[in-house]
Amino acid sequence: MASPVTPTPLLKDELDIVIPTIRNLDFLEMWRPFFQPYHLIIVQDGDPSKVIKVPQGFDYELYNRNDINKILGPKASCISFKDSACRCFGYMVSKKKYIFTIDDDCFVAKDPSGEDINALEQHIKNLLSPSTPYFFNTLYDPYREGADFVRGYPFSLREGVPTAVSHGLWLNIPDYDAPTQLVKPRERNTRFVDAVMTIPRGTLFPMCGMNLAFDRELIGPAMYFGLMGDGQPIGRYDDMWAGWCMKVICDHLGLGVKTGLPYIWHSKASNPFVNLKKEYKGIYWQEELIPFFQTTSLPKECTTVQSCYKELSKQVKAKLGKVDDYFNKLADAMLTWIEAWDELNPSTQLQNGK
Amino acid sequence: MSPPSLLSLAIDATLLNLHNISDLSFLPEHVLSDLFLRTLKAGKLTERILKIFIATEKEEVISMIQALNIQLVMTPVLPTSKLMSQVSIDKNEVDIVIAAFHSDLTSFLEEWRPIFSGFHLIVVQDPDLKEELKIPKGFDIDVYTKLDIDKLISSSNASMFSGYACRYFGYLVSKRKYIISIDDDCSPAKDNNGDVADIVIQHITNLKTPATPIFFNTLYDPYRKGSDFVRGYPFSLRSGVPCVLSCGLWLNLADYDAPTQSLKPELRNSRYVDAVLTVPKYSMMPMSGINIAFDRETVGPAIFPALKLAKEGKVRWETMEDIWCGLVVKVVCDHLQLGVKTGIPYVWRNERGSAIDSLKKEWEGVKLMEEVVPFFQTLKLSQDAVTAEACVTEMVVAIKKEKGRSHPELANAADNMVEWVKIWKEVQSRVLV
Repeated sequence: MASPVTPTPLLKDELDIVIPTIRNLDFLEMWRPFFQPYHLIIVQDGDPSKVIKVPQGFDYELYNRNDINKILGPKASCISFKDSACRCFGYMVSKKKYIFTIDDDCFVAKDPSGEDINALEQHIKNLLSPSTPYFFNTLYDPYREGADFVRGYPFSLREGVPTAVSHGLWLNIPDYDAPTQLVKPRERNTRFVDAVMTIPRGTLFPMCGMNLAFDRELIGPAMYFGLMGDGQPIGRYDDMWAGWCMKVICDHLGLGVKTGLPYIWHSKASNPFVNLKKEYKGIYWQEELIPFFQTTSLPKECTTVQSCYKELSKQVKAKLGKVDDYFNKLADAMLTWIEAWDELNPSTQLQNGK
Repeated sequence: MSPPSLLSLAIDATLLNLHNISDLSFLPEHVLSDLFLRTLKAGKLTERILKIFIATEKEEVISMIQALNIQLVMTPVLPTSKLMSQVSIDKNEVDIVIAAFHSDLTSFLEEWRPIFSGFHLIVVQDPDLKEELKIPKGFDIDVYTKLDIDKLISSSNASMFSGYACRYFGYLVSKRKYIISIDDDCSPAKDNNGDVADIVIQHITNLKTPATPIFFNTLYDPYRKGSDFVRGYPFSLRSGVPCVLSCGLWLNLADYDAPTQSLKPELRNSRYVDAVLTVPKYSMMPMSGINIAFDRETVGPAIFPALKLAKEGKVRWETMEDIWCGLVVKVVCDHLQLGVKTGIPYVWRNERGSAIDSLKKEWEGVKLMEEVVPFFQTLKLSQDAVTAEACVTEMVVAIKKEKGRSHPELANAADNMVEWVKIWKEVQSRVLV
C-alpha cells in the first residue's frame, strides 16, 4: 500500500553529491536552495593545475588527478582520465550511504505548474520507497501519493524490494546518441511525464549518469564507470556500462531500479561530431554487449555486490575479450576497482539488500 | 399563372439574406412558418439558422421542427492531432465494442459521440438484461443480444458470455482488424492541456507504431512525436516489433481491487501521466479490460472470457477474466515477438457499485493470483507454436497439467480456452455470421 504523506527527510548527513567537472561550478548557484545542506565531492578531471572555483557557502572536498593518483597509487589506472567517467572515484571515497551525481550542465527544471523541481528530494523519495520489479504496476510507482497497486497485482508482491538506484530524466536537450543528434539537432524534450516506475527484473536499460542517485551501501561497488577517455578507444559509454552491470547485479540480488522523475534541465548539447568519434566503437560493440548482459547469469554463491562484480568481470573477459582486447583491459580494471573499493571501504561488507 | 405576392417576394428576399439575420422573433407566426418551409426547401437550414428559428419560440415552427425530427447534429471538427500526422486511421479497420449492462445507453453514447462518430460500434447486451436497449440516433451500430449469442454458441458455452464477458462476443463477431473496448461506466477524459483525450486515435496509434519490448527506452515510446531512442539503445533493436495490445488507463476511479478501494474510499487517480510505453519482454502485468484495444486478427484467439470466479458479479471488483487474459496474452506476445503497450489514452471512470459490498463476497480472485502469476512467469512455449491459437493450445495443456487438479477454476478456464479457440476458428471461417 502507498506510504502516508510525510515530509521527505533531508538526509543531509547521509548523502553526498558527486560532481565531475573541468570548469568552474557556477551552475551550483542555481541549485543552492536545494544543495547547500549537503556535502559535495568534486572530481576534477583534466589538467590538475587548473583551479576550480566553487561558489561560496558550499561544503565540499575536491579531488584532482594528482589526488586520485596519490590515494590509489597504481590502482588509479582504473579511473578514467579526460572523461566524466572519473566521477566514480567520488563514489569510492564517499563515506555516506547515498550518492547523488549530476553533470555541471544540468540546471533546475520547472514542472508543468511552473514550480522549481527539487530533484534531490524526488531522488530521496524514490530511494526510500520500495521498488516492484517482479510484476508491472500499470499505475507506475504504487508508493507515490495518489497511486496504489492495481486490481490483479499479487498481494504477496506488494511489499516490494529495496530500491538501489533512482534514474532521473532530462528536459530540453535529450540524451541522444551522436547519429540521432545529427539527424535531429533541434529536437528538445518538452514532455514532462509525471511518473516514476520500476524497471522490471530481467530488463536492461540505458542508464544515464547525468541525474542519478543510488544507495552506496546496497550497490556502490557495481557503479564503476569503466575505462573511457584518454588512451581508450571509446567514450560516452561509461554510464551505459555501469548501468548494465548494475542491473544484472540488482536483478540477481533482488534490488530495485527506478526511472522517471525527477527531471533536470539539460542545457548543453555536446558537439555531435565529437560525440560520434567517441561513441563510434560503442555503437558496434553494444550489439554484442546487450546479448551478453541479457544472457549472463550469476551463481547463487555470489551474495555480495563485490562477488557478483568479480564474477561479472570474469565473464566479460571470457566472452567479450574476443570482441576486442579493450574488454580484457576493462575486465582487469573492474577487478582493480573492486580492490580499490574494498581498500577504501574496509568495514562495509556489502550484503545484498534482502 | 398569377405573379408572386409582395409577401412572397419579401419572404424570398429574407431567405436570400438569412446570413445577415440574427433575430426573427418580430415576424408574425404564419410568415415565420412559411419562411421556415422555404428555408428547408432551399437547403439552407444550418445550425445557426435553426437556433434562430427556435429562439422565436413560435409554437407552429417549434412543432414543425419536432414533427420533422430535426436535430442538432454534433460532429465537432476536432483539431488535427499531431499524432494523426504520423498514423492514418482507416475507420473501416476499427470496431468499437461495448458491453451493455444498463438498458439506457443514451448518456454514455452522447458523451462519446464526438469521438465515436463515424466508427462502427458493436454493442453486446448482457444476456441477463431483460429490457430493450435505448440507443440514440446517428451511430453506425450493431446490437447483439442473448438471442444472437444463443444462435451462434452452443448452450453449454453460452455462459462464457455472461456479465462483463458478454463483450467478448463482440470480439468474436467483428470482422475488422482492430478492436477498441471500454466499460460503460467510462467517460472521455481531459489531458493536461484540457483537451479531450481521443482514445480511438491514441489506441490505434499505439497499435500502428512498433513496440520495443527487448530493451527499455528511458524516454518511453520512441515513436511518439518529440521523442526518440536514447543514447545506448542498440540500433539493431530500433525497428521494434508489431504492437498488438494497447492498455489504456483511468482517471478518477482507477482500476483498484476491492480491498484497496475499501481501505481508501477517497483515493482518486488525478495524475495524467503523458506517456505510453512498451511492457518489457517477460514482464507480466495486470491487463485491465476497462480500456483496451488490440489487433484482433493477430491475437483475437488469445483474448477470451476464460476465467470465471464462482461468485463473479456485475462490477469490475468481482471479475478476473481480463487479468487472466492479460497474463495469457503477454506470454503469447513474448513468445511470438509481439508487443504490448501501456499508458495513454486515459478514460474518466465513474463511480459504480460498492467496494465493500464486493469485499463481502468470497473473493477468490486475490488468492488465485498468487498461484497464477508465478505459473505464467515461468511458462515456456515450444518453437512450434507460431500462432496465437497454437500458443493457447499449448498453454491449456500446461495449465491442466500443473494447476488443473489443485484448482478446478483454472481447469475450467483451460476448458473455456479450448472452446474459445474452437468457436473462434469456426466463426472466422464462416462468410456470414
